[in-house]
Amino acid sequence: MLSQESLQQIDREIAKYPPDQKQSAVMSALRIAQVEKGWLPKEVIEFVADYLGMPAIAAYEVASFYNMYDLEPVGRHKITVCTNLPCALSGGVHAADYLKEKLGIDFNETTPDGKFTLKEGECMGACGDAPVLLVNNHHMCSWMTKEKIDQILAELEDK
Amino acid sequence: MSGSGLILAGVDGDRTWGLQDYVARGGYSALRKIISEKIPPETIIAELKASSLRGRGGAGFPTGLKWSFMPRSFPGAKYLACNSDEGEPGTFKDRDILRYNPHTVIEGMTIAAYAMGCERGYNYIHGEIFDVYERFEAALAEARAAGLLGQSILGSDFSFELFAHHGYGAYICGEETALLESIEGKKGQPRFKPPFPASYGLYGKPTTINNTETFASVPFIINMGGEAFLNLGKPNNGGTKLFSVSGHVNRPGNYEIAMGTPFAELLEMAGGMRGGRKLKAVIPGGSSAPVLPGNVMMDCTMDYDSISKAGSMLGSGAVIVMDETTCMVKALERLSYFYFEESCGQCTPCREGTGWLYRVVHRIENGLGRKEDLDLLNSVTGNIMGRTICALGDAASMPVQSFIKHFGSEFEYHIENKKCLVPPEVQYEGSQIYVRP
Amino acid sequence: MLEIEIDGKQVTVEDGSTIMDAATKIGAFVPHFCYHKKLSIAASCRMCLVQVEKAPKPLPACATPVTNGMKVWTRSEQAVKAQKGVMEFLLINHPLDCPICDQGGECQLQDLAVGYGGSQSRYEEEKRVVFNKNLGPLVSTDMTRCINCTRCVRFTTEIAGQMELGQAFRGEHAEIMPFVEKTVDSELSGNIIDLCPVGALTSKPFRFSARTWELARRRSVSPHDSLGSNLIVQVKHDVVKRVLPFENEDINECWLSDKDRFSYEGLNSEDRLTVPMLKQDGVWKETDWQTALEFAANGLRKTAKQNGPDSIGALASPHATIEELYLLQKFTRAIGSDSVDFRLRQSDFRADGFREGAPWLGMPISEVASLNRLFVIGSFLRKDSPLLAQRVRQAAKRGLHVSAINASAEEWLLPVKNRVLTAPSAIVPVLLQVVAALAAEKGVNAAEHLGAAIPATVSDEARAIAQSLASGRKVAVWVGNLAVQSEYASEIQQLAEEIARLTGGVFGVIGEAANSVGGYLAKAVPLVGGLNARQMLEQPRKAYLLLNAEPDLDFANPALAQTVLGAAPLVIALSAFKSPSLLAAADVLLPIAPFTETSGTFVNCEGRAQNFNAVARPLGDTRPGWKVLRVLGNLLEFEGFDQNDSEAVAAEALAEGSRPDLGNRLYGLEFKFAGQTAAGFERVSDVSIYAADPLVRRATSLQKTRDAKAPVACASTATLAAIGVASGARVRLKQGQGAAEVLIVADDSVAANCVRVAAANAATAALGAMCGEISVERV
Repeated sequence: MLSQESLQQIDREIAKYPPDQKQSAVMSALRIAQVEKGWLPKEVIEFVADYLGMPAIAAYEVASFYNMYDLEPVGRHKITVCTNLPCALSGGVHAADYLKEKLGIDFNETTPDGKFTLKEGECMGACGDAPVLLVNNHHMCSWMTKEKIDQILAELEDK
Repeated sequence: MSGSGLILAGVDGDRTWGLQDYVARGGYSALRKIISEKIPPETIIAELKASSLRGRGGAGFPTGLKWSFMPRSFPGAKYLACNSDEGEPGTFKDRDILRYNPHTVIEGMTIAAYAMGCERGYNYIHGEIFDVYERFEAALAEARAAGLLGQSILGSDFSFELFAHHGYGAYICGEETALLESIEGKKGQPRFKPPFPASYGLYGKPTTINNTETFASVPFIINMGGEAFLNLGKPNNGGTKLFSVSGHVNRPGNYEIAMGTPFAELLEMAGGMRGGRKLKAVIPGGSSAPVLPGNVMMDCTMDYDSISKAGSMLGSGAVIVMDETTCMVKALERLSYFYFEESCGQCTPCREGTGWLYRVVHRIENGLGRKEDLDLLNSVTGNIMGRTICALGDAASMPVQSFIKHFGSEFEYHIENKKCLVPPEVQYEGSQIYVRP
Repeated sequence: MLEIEIDGKQVTVEDGSTIMDAATKIGAFVPHFCYHKKLSIAASCRMCLVQVEKAPKPLPACATPVTNGMKVWTRSEQAVKAQKGVMEFLLINHPLDCPICDQGGECQLQDLAVGYGGSQSRYEEEKRVVFNKNLGPLVSTDMTRCINCTRCVRFTTEIAGQMELGQAFRGEHAEIMPFVEKTVDSELSGNIIDLCPVGALTSKPFRFSARTWELARRRSVSPHDSLGSNLIVQVKHDVVKRVLPFENEDINECWLSDKDRFSYEGLNSEDRLTVPMLKQDGVWKETDWQTALEFAANGLRKTAKQNGPDSIGALASPHATIEELYLLQKFTRAIGSDSVDFRLRQSDFRADGFREGAPWLGMPISEVASLNRLFVIGSFLRKDSPLLAQRVRQAAKRGLHVSAINASAEEWLLPVKNRVLTAPSAIVPVLLQVVAALAAEKGVNAAEHLGAAIPATVSDEARAIAQSLASGRKVAVWVGNLAVQSEYASEIQQLAEEIARLTGGVFGVIGEAANSVGGYLAKAVPLVGGLNARQMLEQPRKAYLLLNAEPDLDFANPALAQTVLGAAPLVIALSAFKSPSLLAAADVLLPIAPFTETSGTFVNCEGRAQNFNAVARPLGDTRPGWKVLRVLGNLLEFEGFDQNDSEAVAAEALAEGSRPDLGNRLYGLEFKFAGQTAAGFERVSDVSIYAADPLVRRATSLQKTRDAKAPVACASTATLAAIGVASGARVRLKQGQGAAEVLIVADDSVAANCVRVAAANAATAALGAMCGEISVERV
């Protein structure tokens, strides 16, 4: 179900916790699984639950509670824009509008070519850098201007 | 990067986060001193108390007192947790501490573990700043390799294992018991207290949780002494503190200043109002703190007591500055959506009430408000506040109450005229993408 | 002890009590939804907020610990304002569909809304809609009504032992669900219906069939497993519509197994026998009672006369009542035959004549909570005794160490510290090792009669069990259904007794049915040289009385039972149901009442006699079984068949002095273990949870559960490889003359070289004994 590399990464996470607390690694394990698979189909969640010896529904609770997990397929690149108040005051909404226009999609939509999904995010703890976007959950882009957005989209287009 | 104060003193952006630079700035001297001089844990806690360091996460609880609650002699595992789940709109200080000076957090936690007899700790890092999580992991590896962390620290019989745990998109995990649930691999739903974490924490064991900045302050307190730290600030409000300034200012960012510094000075440090526009309102302590009108704020100093006297909270030190182009209804609508979106769903008043609040504010913003809506909002918030398991209910309610209290006429205008007092084009222009000079 | 004042009343409570505990003690009702005395505290519904002196805000009574001198007001202005505030939040997204909701009339939300809800809603936004979930054939969902109290989630996790439900998503989008597309398969699942304070989880079989206020509520006792759960049977127009638990802390607490709860559907089965029937020239005809009874009486009279009374035997179900069993044996003995038995699935009767008394649990059920060591021998504990297993589960959380030996490692959903998985024939050798290790551990000798059998060497797993038991303060050794039904039942019981003796613990027999103890007390066993259940089939009789038993499904050896009964010149069957095998074997069918249509008594595993009344009128011409037997006695002009009511029968049956005592010890039985390893494979039989008795077999919803659809045959991966078939393959099973073709599935919880074959199953009814050698061939 998951690659050897992913399993090794999960094992490293498990080792952070007391031996009888493997479930603690579920957030990392789901994250690792999502990086490999692009999103979290139920089979993958069940696999992770089994791997950690926890009930499948408990893993599903986690996967559905934290909003960076994707329970539905997303485009190859997921772009999340923070539009919360501090960001909005410094152009967060404008940046989102620009992305919508460039990609021709609204929030929670994917471009027809399957390359981009746009999401509205909540506070990322980087309000001083507004506007900020998160690319594929793990890469934060600060002080976004239209030019920088163009540049990022161009880079991602080729990946 | 400002590079002044204590925690951020001498740091130079992304270039100086490593162990070598930290040691060059005097890092790990506090830990070395404690270990080599075999300073008793009680002495450390006494220094903390003398420093008057108060929790930097938002609640402002005296740190020394919190540490003294840990049953040091309790047999079996005891845990330490660092709350770096910074997701309160307006707050972004812990991210800078972790990415620019991670070792001060590691050193602070190690000292805390020593003082409280904890064998293991976790730093819970906000999921959205995943690059910072990776950097913290790298810093941990450096510290372990240098014998500053892990088994037999600096050759002593003191051992402490510290790991990073990341969130993945849930504001509520900044609540300390939700954070513990999350480390346990569960949904981040807060626990009812009592029991408090000091007796029943992570995996049911005694646990102390502090904010990143709180831990980061510890080495400095040990090095300079509690009293000297206190004297940096003002009585009951010891030390320096990072303030995250965002919104309509020229230089949004973190500013580490002495507690008690006038707000006007902080605003000045942040480059003053963007475009020279007029200050309208400030949320002084993160989105959960009541909003204050600009003129009230201009008379405040940045410390727990002054802000509290003005009717708000210093909270996490997140200062959201709004100028005259801001529509207060729209601002509240966005915040209310946030709390609606982030409610964990566990207890009734918050699960049901946050959605209700958001929908009513949304209606008003969209010209569908009714006369009785403001009374309704006040009544509903009254039914949420103080009735929930954790503070999110209060956090969702206080903005609503304070926005209506201070800017009620703007809400009434919306309801009566089905449009904004501030013309939409003015609002839109005022919140353009801000390009730094 | 702590002093607390609630609403002006002083009360003293134990340390660690909550305000809710204290309020309950003085009878002050604090409204609540998520709180339940048997579940962990969630403190999430917030309905139980009360005012506490010096507390700045109202506190949840369920979770707030009492401190000494605390003053609490549950109905003060502050408290009621908070409670009403919470009620409003609960109602804003709750649909106003009470008129079409099955919970109507028994809904906690509805009840409390009367006291705490507003008459009009201030909520004018759109209401939440939540999609329903398919939880399986027993529990119906209307998730929009859910108030997220999480009682059901906590029940599956804490009581049933497996988290089958969770609260997914968050905030207003939070919803209770099983894992994607899974169902709730616990054998205790129906309890979530009772726990649900609203109409989100309701009974699927009961759905839309009646309103609670239309139903008469009558007490009864479950006729299924040996626990004897107390029931409230709800009846409308003499039809049982629903079964709920009657709370009895000593027995079922506030729970019911799904078998107890949903088996009532079988009462209304089309198979119900409602008029007496006679087979004439191979053709079944309905008849009247007079004709049928005279036929039976004359037949028996004639048989006794022609072949001697010994040629008559009586076989009864252990699910029959004390009254039925008692009159059956009395009647049989009045004819002059001692051949009567109710232990239809047993095959080893060597202990008969050496018993101290009726085999029982050896302890009150409620004392399971105080055990700290338990050794379970040959038991499918979780499926055979779901609520007993539940008690063990709770005790395990408090430190009970469980050890087990069986031929199948059934998942008990509780920690089993030591588990030995071995073929049925190897159970005795392992137990001997446990005895040896225990004797060494305790520095004493094993009992003399075991003498030479005690082995010199002991395996690690046997030693681990011995050490666990030796360190116990309060120990029990239980023998389960597989052990009792085994060919080595006598030795197993002798060794269990010895293990209990060496540990100073209790030796108990779990018992397979509602009257497994009662049958002995009613003397429905051979006492003076008569034949037991096995002998009655191995040495065919001329006439049989059959009480509530079906030849193909209720016997240890169904092939033999069908052949012998089919060939017997006279079979008189008293039964609530007709079935092909009964129609084939019997000559007269007498319709007798199931437990809901007669009064009666069951004696449960702890030896407690529980009597019950009929809750409905007998269906059609059905008569209570005890009355039928009494009339048969009258027709044959026997003495002592003039009881006016079932109470009189029970009083006679259970009269002190005349009935045997409870007791598990075996006196003077030689220990003669001649275990031999089977040349081929050994059969392991389980009686599937919903196949054990004629009533539950006809409960249609239970028959749709996963438990009912479990594979008929399984074996370990290694055994399948040895047979040379893949999992899911079709195989031919053979025992003696009998053969059956079934699918076999890999299951590594089955002991090596064993094949687990479901008994009481139509697919295997052609096979022979439940234990012993079996051959498996690929088809």
